[in-house]
Amino acid sequence: MSRIINISRRDLLKTGAVLGGGLILGFSLPVPKSALAGPGKAKSFAPNAFIRIGDDDIVTIIVNKSEMGQGVYTSLPMLIAEELECDWTKIRVESAPVAPEYNHTEWGPVQGTGGSSSIRSTWNQFRKAGAAARLMLIEAAADSWKVDEGSCRADKGYVIHDRSGKRLSFGALAEKASILDPPKEVVLKKPADFKIIGKATKRLDTPEKVSGRAVFGIDAKVKGMLTAVVARPPVFGGKVKTFDPEKTRKIAGVKEVVQVPSGIAVVATGFWPALNGREALEVEWEEGENAGLSTERLRSRYANLSMTPGVVAKKEGDASGAIAKSVRQISAEYEVPYLAHATMEPLNCLVDLREDRCEIWTGTQFQTIDRNAAAAAAGLKQEQVKIHTTLLGGGFGRRANPRSDFVVEAVHVAKAVKQPVKVVWTREDDIRGGYYRPMWYDRISAGLDSHGMPVAWQHTIVGQSIIKGTIFEKGFIKNGVDGTSVEGASNMPYDVPNISVDLHSPDIGVPVLWWRSVGHSHTAFVVESFIDELAHAAAKDPYEFRMSLLHKHPRHKAVLELAAQKAGWGSPLPNGHGRGIAVHESFGSFVAQVAEVSVSNKGEVRVHKVVCVIDCGRTVNPDTVYAQMESGVVFGLSAALFGAITFKDGRVLQSNFHDYPMVRMKQMPKVEVYIIPSEETPQGVGEPGVPPIAPAVCNAIFAVTGKRIRSLPVGVGGLQA
Amino acid sequence: MISLVINGKRHMVDVSPDTPLLWVIRDHIGLTGTKFGCGMAQCGACTVLINGKAERSCQTPVRDAQGKKITTIEGVSETHPVKKAWISEEVPQCGYCQSGQIMQTVALLKSNPRPTEGDIDELMSGCICRCGTYQRIRRAIRTAAGVAAKGGKK
Ligand code: FES
Ligand code: FES
Repeated sequence: MSRIINISRRDLLKTGAVLGGGLILGFSLPVPKSALAGPGKAKSFAPNAFIRIGDDDIVTIIVNKSEMGQGVYTSLPMLIAEELECDWTKIRVESAPVAPEYNHTEWGPVQGTGGSSSIRSTWNQFRKAGAAARLMLIEAAADSWKVDEGSCRADKGYVIHDRSGKRLSFGALAEKASILDPPKEVVLKKPADFKIIGKATKRLDTPEKVSGRAVFGIDAKVKGMLTAVVARPPVFGGKVKTFDPEKTRKIAGVKEVVQVPSGIAVVATGFWPALNGREALEVEWEEGENAGLSTERLRSRYANLSMTPGVVAKKEGDASGAIAKSVRQISAEYEVPYLAHATMEPLNCLVDLREDRCEIWTGTQFQTIDRNAAAAAAGLKQEQVKIHTTLLGGGFGRRANPRSDFVVEAVHVAKAVKQPVKVVWTREDDIRGGYYRPMWYDRISAGLDSHGMPVAWQHTIVGQSIIKGTIFEKGFIKNGVDGTSVEGASNMPYDVPNISVDLHSPDIGVPVLWWRSVGHSHTAFVVESFIDELAHAAAKDPYEFRMSLLHKHPRHKAVLELAAQKAGWGSPLPNGHGRGIAVHESFGSFVAQVAEVSVSNKGEVRVHKVVCVIDCGRTVNPDTVYAQMESGVVFGLSAALFGAITFKDGRVLQSNFHDYPMVRMKQMPKVEVYIIPSEETPQGVGEPGVPPIAPAVCNAIFAVTGKRIRSLPVGVGGLQA
Repeated sequence: MISLVINGKRHMVDVSPDTPLLWVIRDHIGLTGTKFGCGMAQCGACTVLINGKAERSCQTPVRDAQGKKITTIEGVSETHPVKKAWISEEVPQCGYCQSGQIMQTVALLKSNPRPTEGDIDELMSGCICRCGTYQRIRRAIRTAAGVAAKGGKK
């Protein structure tokens, strides 16, 4: 039975837990060749940082991507297994420690998970790692048998010499293989020979997640650990003025009340006394310059900004001139609110800080950045800090914070109490904790010719930069334009000869961050709603209209076409039902969705069915692609229908799932997913399912009611037909 | 001291009687399969069975659970039709909500072995899945109901 191994400190203390008969050393990797074998008699073969084969035949794959639901603990081992020719049932997965070997192949010297890049960025790396190991095992076997390597092959965990019928298991060859040099070059399989890649494969992490044994950050424990909750300022940028710990200290179980840079930490024997302690705490806050923050004022500020030209993100032809000269002009304003990620597992971080070292257990997407930030906060060298990546109860970008907020805070708390401590956020802390998807305001205009076809497109975007002030500035901000603010807008696919996209990035005191699908989460809504407006203005079918403007984009057309066909586009629907369509490219993949929606007389919107077609290049684990599309649809639908973080007097008005609702089973549409077969390099699947759903649903609402939704969320029953 | 029977085992815990059962299970007993998601009966992540009924342990003061039979995710057999269906339908993504979803389903099928689609939508709507696995949950419930109806627990 395959299982995920979450190495806990207790395992480490046992200096290697005996699992499945083989000695597995927790975080001993990366293993230099001289230290291949664990202590004692057990031998293992670690040809590279990603693979360890024990003499018990267990193949441990060390995965440097965080498992947050997207299936990387299965899909990445599939890449290795394809080339290694191991026995799939002998595979174990371990999360990688922080080390340069595990850096992202596309991001420079950082290890992390995000941007729907896990498969794409390891596609060659992991297959090569598997192939190299296989060649070494074959070399070891050929040498033992004194036969030519070319006459041996590997299959299901054995090296086989067909002529003599000899075979040796990988485990039996591990010791011998471990003294060999890795091959300089490997030849990868031809796709036609793939046995695993492209085949629906059961996830390795399912049994643990069903049994209740899976260890998330919030479940991590070390001996003598305390639990803390932190009272943070009610306004972003606020500071503690004074506090009185008296009443808090009287609560049974409360151990310490300490001030940290982010607020006041109440440290106790468990979560409940810590929470009670926080409730009893008296803090007076210096609210600071954001005390007056209000969504209403922000909106009018953004609306005003949108009437002035911003920094140019894209310019082709003369959009404003062409609009002025056009037969007909159409313009609209769109807006979307701040959104919280609301991962199901609230943020948490366990820190065991000693004089000369620091160990951290947390579900993070940003190991290197968190490690370095923790070292700085702890006053240690980077090498003295170890991060144990647990399973993540959802990430969606929140656990990839260039500012490492939840990790740094926990280090400060541990520093103050001099004992291992786990900081746990409540749902309220999480919803009010910032690092939101920015609020956006878009002003967009088009000029049409006498056939109703667009000759010019002018789009002004207003919203905070998520990149400004982070270590990613150099990579993402070009000529004053944060690429993540305009992605999906500056490269919108429709054939319009004159186009201009410009950007305002106001500085607002609300912490913002990437949120599943990043800029696309708003640009797809604007572009795909507005193109729908243009279709209706031209009295054309919205599907046909799109197809006629996508000459240069065959992959967009292919997904649109299949989605329309599978959804029965144009076929009759029950009264009060309508269909909406949208297509969007993000993270290298192309997704089209058709939503079937009804609106009741009371204005209640119901999404009945969503047909979703993706072209993500070659598929590694099709079941993961289906799951991620279903997931993206639900995630985007929660935002489209209900999601909004709003401010008054500097305070976030939402706090928990009652006022920041999620799609529930009752609201769950039937989702049908189709994958376009492709030979192209594999691309993203974690995020691309999100962007098209809001416009598809809103376009369907228009089809039913004639009412154009230009501001999200649609609202719970807030739509008057 | 409060005496609790969890998964058939008796535990004595020294906590204030108004402590939510959730935190007693997680922090005192050390069973971490039961999850914290909202702390206000909004998400269902903390669902356990108390005398066979699905309850939100974050809203159940431990005193109310005394003398009752408490079952957590760890107390449901790995061969239970619901757990088996969850595996065969590949339900979990991040997995964080799934203990609650499974416990809610176990209770649902106990009281209603052949639920209609409407029953499922109604009874499962208390359990949020941020990863959006609802479609697979529906499928797994139907699978489990089929198995349960045919042969019962194996
Ligand atoms: S934690 Fe109990 S219902 Fe959410
Ligand atoms: S599987 Fe992630 S919240 Fe349900």
